[in-house]
Amino acid sequence: MAITLRAGGRRVGRTRVRESYNKREVLAGYLFIAPWIVGFLIFTVISMSWSLGLSFTHFDLASNSATAAGLDNYKLIFDDPKVLTSLFNTFVYAIMAVPLELAFAMVLALLLNGMVRGSGVFRTIFYLPKMTPHVATASVFLLLLNGNVGAINQFLGFFGINGPQWLTDPHWVRPSIVMMTLWGAAGSMVILLAALQNVPRELYEASEVDGANRWQQFWRITLPMISPAVFFLVIVNTIAALQVFDQAYLLFYRDANGSAPDAALFFGVYLFQQAFQQFNFGLAAAMAWLLFVIILIITLIQMKIGNKLVFYGGGRND
Amino acid sequence: MTDQVTNPIGNPLPGQLPGRLASGVAAAMPEVDRSAESLQARGPSRIVYRIGQIVRWLLMIGFSVLFLYPFAWLIAASLKPRGEVLDNRLVPRTWRLDNYVEVWHQLPLLAWVGNSMLIAVLAATFVTLSSSLVAFGFAYFRFPGRKLLFGLVLASMMLPGAVTLIPNYLIWKTTGWLGTNVPLWGANLFGSAFYIFLMRQFYSGLPRDLFEAARVDGCSYFGLFRRIAFPLAIPSTIIVWIFEFQASWSNFVGPLIYLNLGSPKQFTVPLGINYAMTMYSPTAGGHGDYQYVMVASLVVTIPMMIIFAFGQRYFIEGATTVGIRG
Repeated sequence: MAITLRAGGRRVGRTRVRESYNKREVLAGYLFIAPWIVGFLIFTVISMSWSLGLSFTHFDLASNSATAAGLDNYKLIFDDPKVLTSLFNTFVYAIMAVPLELAFAMVLALLLNGMVRGSGVFRTIFYLPKMTPHVATASVFLLLLNGNVGAINQFLGFFGINGPQWLTDPHWVRPSIVMMTLWGAAGSMVILLAALQNVPRELYEASEVDGANRWQQFWRITLPMISPAVFFLVIVNTIAALQVFDQAYLLFYRDANGSAPDAALFFGVYLFQQAFQQFNFGLAAAMAWLLFVIILIITLIQMKIGNKLVFYGGGRND
Repeated sequence: MTDQVTNPIGNPLPGQLPGRLASGVAAAMPEVDRSAESLQARGPSRIVYRIGQIVRWLLMIGFSVLFLYPFAWLIAASLKPRGEVLDNRLVPRTWRLDNYVEVWHQLPLLAWVGNSMLIAVLAATFVTLSSSLVAFGFAYFRFPGRKLLFGLVLASMMLPGAVTLIPNYLIWKTTGWLGTNVPLWGANLFGSAFYIFLMRQFYSGLPRDLFEAARVDGCSYFGLFRRIAFPLAIPSTIIVWIFEFQASWSNFVGPLIYLNLGSPKQFTVPLGINYAMTMYSPTAGGHGDYQYVMVASLVVTIPMMIIFAFGQRYFIEGATTVGIRG
């Protein structure tokens, strides 16, 4: 940190704590970052304020005019059962998807990490789904998950299991989307793998001398040492899960006239429908802000809990 | 060796990142190579170790089948005639290689590929150039408010995309560019927080003396970027380009919002696949020609596989550094 506070090399000789700026350098610096400043003003500052403003209006797209609505849209959020349903579905999905993806990614990473040979090949195989565009994944899974002729139920049939109607049974539509998410677990896997490779081997060697078994090593050494990476993944995966859209839309809401089960109505999908199919920009903006606040609160809670649980190996002295 | 992990981004200094989240990023950075062999060989006994390795291999192969099955299914389905697409056979009963010729007549796939390619190249190129410029601005120059502004860059990374979706649509509406591909790359002219962060990490690692010497020799500020910083950062720049190319190529919700109301010829491949899937579905009066959807799904996937094959290591290290994007 000290380095970044110090002025440029030419002025190091001066014994000043506060740096004095070189006018030309300051100007050049602002010019370099100007694109971001302009973009930030348009696509974040103006955008966010506009969205907030919209949430207090009834917006008419045809005439491009808005009439004041006070808190109507926010009241509507709590009156519209579909908003609450979609919020519930999204939470249920997040509660299933985030831990499962993390656990699955952890298993894969641990297996890869202990491999002597061939880990590169397997890592590549596991990563391929992550490279596949959602729309291709969805078009395949839509047919794989088909309750009557899909490959998944056919496979379950070999074991005498009568597979559920993945795409229509309200109890199974969310797990089917979780399954698609798990197929792409390699994104989290590579992060865990990198963290595992950073754990000093001396720790394992020392613990072996002390007679620790694999199980103990995992809980006492591995997990604490990689906990910052786990924490990071919990936060970003939760944020992603709460915004899930592509998979749910592609599997269930592609057809505007389709009859998708309510259990598949995620917040992101309902927001999209309200905004771009019903053109209820006011309500949609209010929903977007609600989502923003929810994500903010959940992230803050996670950080608060995380800071107690996460082990920051040497170097942190606060 | 694939086990040897290098970090093409350069080592970011954990202390420069804000908050504890950054420690997660820093911890995820690979920096040392490892040799699992020496560790494993010291297990309690050789036999137990051998059995462990065999079980591990079996598990890995099992998971690989799980991960590869949908691809195999997709390829097989793309080679079947209508009516057999859903039969779940990995070797088609009737081979129909014609699908690969016919699909270009059945769907405006060529136009879709062209649109997707154009948008992805523009999006990736613009965001790479603008983010590099901004990143160098933050890394090299000293100006008032630098830390505050960079803090805003980092904060904006956490902003959920859903919140700005609607107003951004309205912003593009006022420009009159709805229905064109401009909204799909326009915002990339202004840099993107993730990439600015990534590139700044790299530029901050360059020795300052290098630039001071060039300044003494009369190099302009822009010259510092164009002649020294940018060429040195080519590997990181390529990562950023590839990442954005992938994001743009795979993007579904963007084209859905900005192009869906136009003519199908203007669609990107993902939007086109969505359109075709609906068109062929019996509920919409189609005849279930899903084999064409499967060919199109392969067409949208293959460029990503090629990119991945060429830049796998950079890709995974990049993914590790950036974390999960969207």
